[in-house]
Amino acid sequence: MPIQSSLPPSAGVGFKPEHFRDIVAAEQPLGFLEVHAENYMGAGGPPHAQLAKLHENYALSIHGVGLSIGSPRPLEREHLARLKVLVERYQPESFSEHLAWSSHGEAYYNDLLPLPYTEVMLARVSEHVDQVQSALGRQMLLENPSTYVLFAESTIPEVEFLRAISERTGCGLLLDVNNVFVSAKNHGTDALAYLERFPLERVKEIHLGGHDEQADDTGAPLLIDAHGTPVVEPVWALYEHVISRAGPVATLIEWDNDVPAWKTLRAEAERAEAILERAGRAAAA
Amino acid sequence: MFAPMQASFAVALLDAGKPVPEGVTSHTADRPARRFAVYRNNVVASLVKALGVRFPATSRIVGEEFFNAMARVFVAAHPPRSPLLMTYGDDFPDFIERFEPAAELLYLADVARLEAARTRAYHAADAEPLDPNLLQTISPEALGGMRFVLHPSAEVVRSRHPIVTIWAMNAGEAKLGPIENWQPEDALVARPRLDVEVRNLPAGGAAFLEALIAGNTLAEAVEASTGEDADFDLAANLAGLIGAGLVIGFSTEPQKD
Repeated sequence: MPIQSSLPPSAGVGFKPEHFRDIVAAEQPLGFLEVHAENYMGAGGPPHAQLAKLHENYALSIHGVGLSIGSPRPLEREHLARLKVLVERYQPESFSEHLAWSSHGEAYYNDLLPLPYTEVMLARVSEHVDQVQSALGRQMLLENPSTYVLFAESTIPEVEFLRAISERTGCGLLLDVNNVFVSAKNHGTDALAYLERFPLERVKEIHLGGHDEQADDTGAPLLIDAHGTPVVEPVWALYEHVISRAGPVATLIEWDNDVPAWKTLRAEAERAEAILERAGRAAAA
Repeated sequence: MFAPMQASFAVALLDAGKPVPEGVTSHTADRPARRFAVYRNNVVASLVKALGVRFPATSRIVGEEFFNAMARVFVAAHPPRSPLLMTYGDDFPDFIERFEPAAELLYLADVARLEAARTRAYHAADAEPLDPNLLQTISPEALGGMRFVLHPSAEVVRSRHPIVTIWAMNAGEAKLGPIENWQPEDALVARPRLDVEVRNLPAGGAAFLEALIAGNTLAEAVEASTGEDADFDLAANLAGLIGAGLVIGFSTEPQKD
């Protein structure tokens, strides 16, 4: 039985080094911290010193951004080996990655790029998830993407694609509610309907973050998953809806660009925590 | 087949002259340029930003606008080969050296080399400095045959320009001002504990350190440095190295020929 993903059902934040002093200065109302795997793949130095210190007091989620699981090409073995070293070093409560690709040939694009949802890609991504889980000896979580384009060749709805991967591989799902909102606006679909179909029983972590607003070629709204602003009210509303149905689930605030003062980020986490606590009380009643 | 589509998607990401790949669509328009441009922009802007974070003094010297334009050319021609962005830009200084519009700034590539070394030092393996008392156990006749193990973060950056002074002035470490004594400077970049340190090496110091890092004996390192500077001060250089916590071990094994 591989190690199951086991974050506590409370609020966490994406850790930024500029917040290190604030976080260790006092006890924080946080259940866990999340870091991007690739930032901790150096041999030593301050990143590891900080992460080791933080993991003494907080559960840890390691979130990969560079594995390119959604690529039709084989996973890069060297990168998978680096992940294994990292996961063995920290024994995090959870490891997650994205339904996206970021490498092609020898180039790494540093972005989460979209893939067509076809039977061929379903088989390929499932193989990759199997490969990751057996290499790491643990369950991984797969995150729903935010997308700006569609593919003419797609035949499977995204929710069914994710559900099928989770059923075939036993991986958990990471539900990014902001991504649901962004993609729904971008593709003229209904975020609530997406969430109604989403297999919430397989969700072991939720992401919340901010986005930017632009317009596409025709003037239609085009939302950009920018992680540089607060979570917007409609996303909070969708989140409350999800929690009311699913019960408390580990929830992360992502704020990667224009990083705010610690108290601003913490306030976002506290808002999520209050929603989780309400749901916990309702479930106990 | 997806693979050829992904290939055209990938190629079009770094070449804004290429049309949106066939098969890319949206609910409002087929092959939507502005939507595809979001991916293009994410890729290029995030990589340019990564270079700006790694080379802040270089950027300050030429100004952000020039730096970003130069970085965009580099990104398109040299996308990362690895998801480890901490290594991205190791070859940026070589690119700067050949970048025609910056040719007048002869020192720019060497300042960038110093900054690249700082990132490597930041992420290098940790190691405990050697207890200096252990060195007192070495007999004087064994000294010349000693080999030192230096801290894994230690790196020498040599230049014909005053790169340590220029870097310090553009990294907020020293007051910006005219450099009256324009002399070559060699930098020692290292992270003995948690902070990356940059030192201006005395004459002969770079040859001495490079010889030690390459695994040569103390006698060989002294020979290399006195070849560059007849007044090379071994005692001062060695004391500086040990005092900075950059010696982490040694051996007195005789050389195998």
